[in-house]
Amino acid sequence: MTEAVLAAEAPGAAAPGASGARQFWRRLRTQRATLVAAVVVALLVLVALAAPLLTAIEGQDPTTYHPSLVDSARGGVPIGSFGGISGDHWLGVEPQTGRDLFARLVYGARVSLGVALAATVVQVAIGVVVGVAAALGRRWVDQVLSRFTDVIVAMPLMIMALALLAIVPSSFPRPVLVALVIGLIAWGNIAKIVRAQALTLKGLDYVAAARLSGWGTWRIARRELLPGIAAPVITYAALLVPANIAIEAALSFLGVGVKPPTPSWGQMLTAADVWYQAAPQYLLLPAGALFVTVLALTVLGDGVRTALDPRAASRLRVGTGRKREARA
Amino acid sequence: MSGLAGLTGFALRRTVGALVTLLAISVIVYVVFYVTPGNVAQITCGPRCSPAQVQQVAEQLHLNDPLYTRYLNFLQGLVAGQDYSTGTSVQHCSAPCLGLSYQSDQQVTALILAKLPVSLSLVFGAMVLWLILGVGTGVLSAWRRGRLTERLLTGVTLVGVATPVFVIGLVLMIVVCGQLQLLPFPQYVALTDDPEQWAWNLLLPWLSLALIEAAAFARLTRAAMLETLAEDHIRTFRAYGVGERSVIGRHALRGAVAPVIALNANNFGGAVGGAVLTETLFGLPGIGQELVHAVNVVDLPVVVGMVLVIGFFVVLANAVADVLYAVADRRVVLA
Repeated sequence: MTEAVLAAEAPGAAAPGASGARQFWRRLRTQRATLVAAVVVALLVLVALAAPLLTAIEGQDPTTYHPSLVDSARGGVPIGSFGGISGDHWLGVEPQTGRDLFARLVYGARVSLGVALAATVVQVAIGVVVGVAAALGRRWVDQVLSRFTDVIVAMPLMIMALALLAIVPSSFPRPVLVALVIGLIAWGNIAKIVRAQALTLKGLDYVAAARLSGWGTWRIARRELLPGIAAPVITYAALLVPANIAIEAALSFLGVGVKPPTPSWGQMLTAADVWYQAAPQYLLLPAGALFVTVLALTVLGDGVRTALDPRAASRLRVGTGRKREARA
Repeated sequence: MSGLAGLTGFALRRTVGALVTLLAISVIVYVVFYVTPGNVAQITCGPRCSPAQVQQVAEQLHLNDPLYTRYLNFLQGLVAGQDYSTGTSVQHCSAPCLGLSYQSDQQVTALILAKLPVSLSLVFGAMVLWLILGVGTGVLSAWRRGRLTERLLTGVTLVGVATPVFVIGLVLMIVVCGQLQLLPFPQYVALTDDPEQWAWNLLLPWLSLALIEAAAFARLTRAAMLETLAEDHIRTFRAYGVGERSVIGRHALRGAVAPVIALNANNFGGAVGGAVLTETLFGLPGIGQELVHAVNVVDLPVVVGMVLVIGFFVVLANAVADVLYAVADRRVVLA
């Protein structure tokens, strides 16, 4: 009872409680662009989840070669108009292999969204643990963890990921590996945010009250700090997802990310530039899919940020380092 | 006078901090790359090597030595140089020595120095562009706030934020070089050979890298300026009759200087990552392209050397930013 009252009075603790959540939804609903973005994201998730169903309806799969659908005399250009679009192949077929483009595109959505979400979960998990431990731990723990975080932040993500992905044997399941590598390298900024927020909360009366009433560090971290750091963490994580999608696409584009035959949008673009005249949709579809997905998730992330902290919204309409890095 | 001394001391402390960070990065990078599973000797020797030959290669590359002696050797080479026996002859690798390539026995330092001008041309040229484009767009949208211009610019920058660099590069290359044939496909020409050709050939790579980065700077500049415009001292300026042009161009812009410096340092590592993609896409023979190659043949000394050199530039960028930050804003505590 007393705890609840104390918690509710803490300034800046935006997340906890039903009223906070209700307020969040109300603010989110009033932003038109955010709503459109949310619908687009929901559709994308639906497509990714229903990929096997959708391709079953089409009657194709992403990995079967159709040599009869490409003109081997002309270097493997798809036969038929618009890159071989037909009732059987809704978006045409891939040059050279004749694999179905629609199937590859929707299965690619699974890889993109799955890897990005998994990487974000890893980043948030490490970031929260390190950040809270640094804020609540003894002085030397904070020193060690904070310096380590600084070093992690200084490491160029793309370069490290590129190098790491190449040396791990390819027998390791590739999408899992990509998510792990992104997650293990790029948690520095979130740890810094969590530490700063946890330090602020730690100085507030309601946490001091909990400490005085004999609560242990673990219980304080879980019951008093975690609800308070939820808002900044959600805000940042919402913008990490599109960033991670771009990173996965970039790594697969360079040939070290998700490997064939598993389809990925970035990987589809690797070979696309030489086909832009003969089969333009081979380039436009994955590029467009990437663009729409990253744009929708970014707008949604901006909206979440505004809804969680309207006061800081204008001030915070600022890129984060990770995000920039990701678009690279 | 004391301010200057304070600044020098601050710069010194910052340099020491940067060196410690670099050392820590070198340890992490070294450990991570040399303990990761994968049979380096087999890959280096080739698929048809017999177990005995593989063993010999492992011996020659010191792959069987304990990790810490190898790291200490590496550090020694970095500081004092080192001699390498390559079968028959002995090769001296002078400091800063990053070791020899597994593939070609070339010195990694020389390899990197040969590629560095291309990457530096790309990154710093693009940086000039993204700062001009980004800050310019930000100022313009803060000045024309609430009007059509601002809405258009906000939309354009959002598109820039959401487009991966290789997609923009791909589209630019196809449209400008392929369809319109305005420019030939880029081919690197050294600045010292022909400055004009250097710039023309780098124009598209610069644009691809800069357009994306510029979007972030536009958003930041606009936000920082709008925040400053809401402050009391701006109202005072206006009340004294200072013109809008001066309010925007001089006083509000001042509020954006520090955040722009910070973002530039923060995004530098990302831009280097973007440069790898840009180099690969346009076939520019820079560090990025070399790194992708080295990574594919598991040439660990080259990979580690390049990651360290890039890390060096990132740490340098952050240190420079901290000093600039202190120069630009005297309120910053020099701690």
